[in-house]
Amino acid sequence: MTATLFINARLIDPEAQTDAPGSLLVRDSVIEGIDAEAPEGAAVIDCNGRALAPGLIDWGVKIGEPGERHKESFRSAGLAAAAGGVTTIVARPDTMPPIDTPESLEFVTRRAADAPVNIRHMAALTKAREGREMVEIGFLTDAGAVAFTDGVRQVTDTRILSRCMTYARGLGALIVGHPQDAGLSRGAAATSGKFASIYGIPAVSPMAEVIGLDRDLSLVAMTGCRWHADQITTARALPALHRARDAGLDVTAGISIHHLTLNEFDVGDYRTFFRFTPPLRSEDDRQAMVQAVADGVIDVIASFHTPQDEESKRLPFEAAAPGAVGLQTLLPAAMRLYHQGGLTLPQLWRAMSLNPAKRLGLPGGRLSVGAPADLVLFDPDAPFVLDRFTLLSKSKNTPFDGARMEGRVLGTWVGGRRVFGGHA
Amino acid sequence: MTFRARHLLGIDHLSPPEIVTLLDLAEDYVALNRRTVKHADALAGMTQINMFFENSTRTQASFELAGKRLGADVMNMAVAHSSVKKGETLIDTALTLNAMQPDLLVVRHPQSGAVNLLADKVNCAVINAGDGRHEHPTQALLDALTIRRAKGRLHRLTIAICGDIANSRVARSNLLLLGKMENRLRLVGPATLMPAGAGEMGVELFEDMRAGLRGADVVMMLRLQKERMDGGFIPSEREYFHRFGLDAEKLACAAPDAIVMHPGPMNRGVEIDGTIADDINRSVIQDQVEMGVAVRMAALDLLARNLRAERGRAAAGVMV
Repeated sequence: MTATLFINARLIDPEAQTDAPGSLLVRDSVIEGIDAEAPEGAAVIDCNGRALAPGLIDWGVKIGEPGERHKESFRSAGLAAAAGGVTTIVARPDTMPPIDTPESLEFVTRRAADAPVNIRHMAALTKAREGREMVEIGFLTDAGAVAFTDGVRQVTDTRILSRCMTYARGLGALIVGHPQDAGLSRGAAATSGKFASIYGIPAVSPMAEVIGLDRDLSLVAMTGCRWHADQITTARALPALHRARDAGLDVTAGISIHHLTLNEFDVGDYRTFFRFTPPLRSEDDRQAMVQAVADGVIDVIASFHTPQDEESKRLPFEAAAPGAVGLQTLLPAAMRLYHQGGLTLPQLWRAMSLNPAKRLGLPGGRLSVGAPADLVLFDPDAPFVLDRFTLLSKSKNTPFDGARMEGRVLGTWVGGRRVFGGHA
Repeated sequence: MTFRARHLLGIDHLSPPEIVTLLDLAEDYVALNRRTVKHADALAGMTQINMFFENSTRTQASFELAGKRLGADVMNMAVAHSSVKKGETLIDTALTLNAMQPDLLVVRHPQSGAVNLLADKVNCAVINAGDGRHEHPTQALLDALTIRRAKGRLHRLTIAICGDIANSRVARSNLLLLGKMENRLRLVGPATLMPAGAGEMGVELFEDMRAGLRGADVVMMLRLQKERMDGGFIPSEREYFHRFGLDAEKLACAAPDAIVMHPGPMNRGVEIDGTIADDINRSVIQDQVEMGVAVRMAALDLLARNLRAERGRAAAGVMV
């Protein structure tokens, strides 16, 4: 039995929504007490007033296994996560081949043992992510799938999606949708408007997101399934989300950290590391979404970590692969929102740790007695300039290369075991 | 006589006394069918036409045998392969046949309500041998006879109907019949195979098969209607069998003397484990086939009697 006492900490408790000095006692793999007496022989870590919070739960991480291990492996993703204060990765099923059978889920579950952090898996919603036949939601749930999604591929046939939802409801399974109308979004690499027009980039109106959301919410109302929108990125989609909640639908929504910290102009001179799906939005939308997170309308912030090799990005903008790595930059990027005054640390941790845990039925995300000792110790104010080649991910496609950032992770613990940072 | 119907289009139109009358008469035919000489003359001189707009082996054979054992001239029309292909409408086909003066018409059609439509256009008695997802009354009646013989009664039983209910006309007719006879009914299956509005049908719904079978006296399995599926009701046959296939472990949740039924043809290893289907102590699946011929003889007999009486009244100039 080992005990560790964190003293002089600034405790960030997303459940109580508090940010206050205190100490925290960990015994073995769980949190044993807040401001509790240390037992004889406990190791003491002096946090020097730095912030101690539940480890981040990053919902929607792409790992290149199977199929693209040169872009990311469970090992490299796990190391990047630990360095970024992420203690649980919720992995995406859009691999090659996709995770669409209990057998393939078993494979990645075994491979995930290489990572020093917790890894949970989502499974595809339809076989081969083709939108034609549902996967074995029952077997996959039994095998540990925490949610079902075809990633950025929308199931365009509403009859098939409604059957998936009806079947999932009976098993209590969570479906994650990508509410972007497939027709309007086809080929788009930017949000339509003056910027995209002048630069001549194929673009899509944010209305594609409204259409996709309206469609999916209608099906949720029809079938009664548990549903989560992976990314809601425009203010115009928020009224539909409000209506769905008012109607009692079991609906939550997320957003990527990039849509909260960057806008369409950041693409600048065709910088492909700023190509995302959905594309970056206007500054008005970005600000509205920060407010929506503060209000709790948007439940989850995640990195949508999408490793791409250099060749996938060294292409004309519209031909480049979308997405960015984010496991290691989620926390410092979120600190931008904290320092700009838009969000408090407890609000950020509600979206980056507590809510994903609650929605996915995971034990972490809390600073309460009995919760797993998945913790991150960080200095929210420590400044640095990001050099993408220092990232531990195999892929280095970050939009924050060269950016001035604040927020440095000092230590990460998973189940009471230190996985990052040698000293506090 | 209590059986007044002119046609047998569905269970919906039958009263409990009519059902009992038919089942009682069928009992007589069970006895007849077990003799070496199986002839009776209830339909002597009458013409029975079996029109199957949808492929069938067992039901068509059952109706053919029933008619022949009662002395009718039976003709099978494989309509699926003939005039329909040439573009004739259902009503024209019916009128053509009607002109040949049949007395009994047995019709199966892939579309719900088609048999009712046809019955309006002909002068003979019509038996619905299954229309789309609507009704299959003789199947429900033969199931009822099988249950009555196995359990000694046809009321106050807990009956679980399991599987592909949304696509099943057998389930609808059974729900109506067993409901009329005051049984406790349960529907068990994935939500994708439950008909909309099932919650308002006076039945209990279960998505957990073990819970749905708990204490059941009768376990009625349905065939997964692959041909009626336009894709995507279930993820795979193996997951379906895991969750909703009847095996020994799930059957153990039912009453110890529960009987197992299946309208056939079975998909072994999909909705039912082969060893359960073959277990002579639990499975009454072969009895159902035997009862099928007797019930169809009773139905043909009763409709023929009503037809004769009607024609007699018409000939005597009695107002009806």
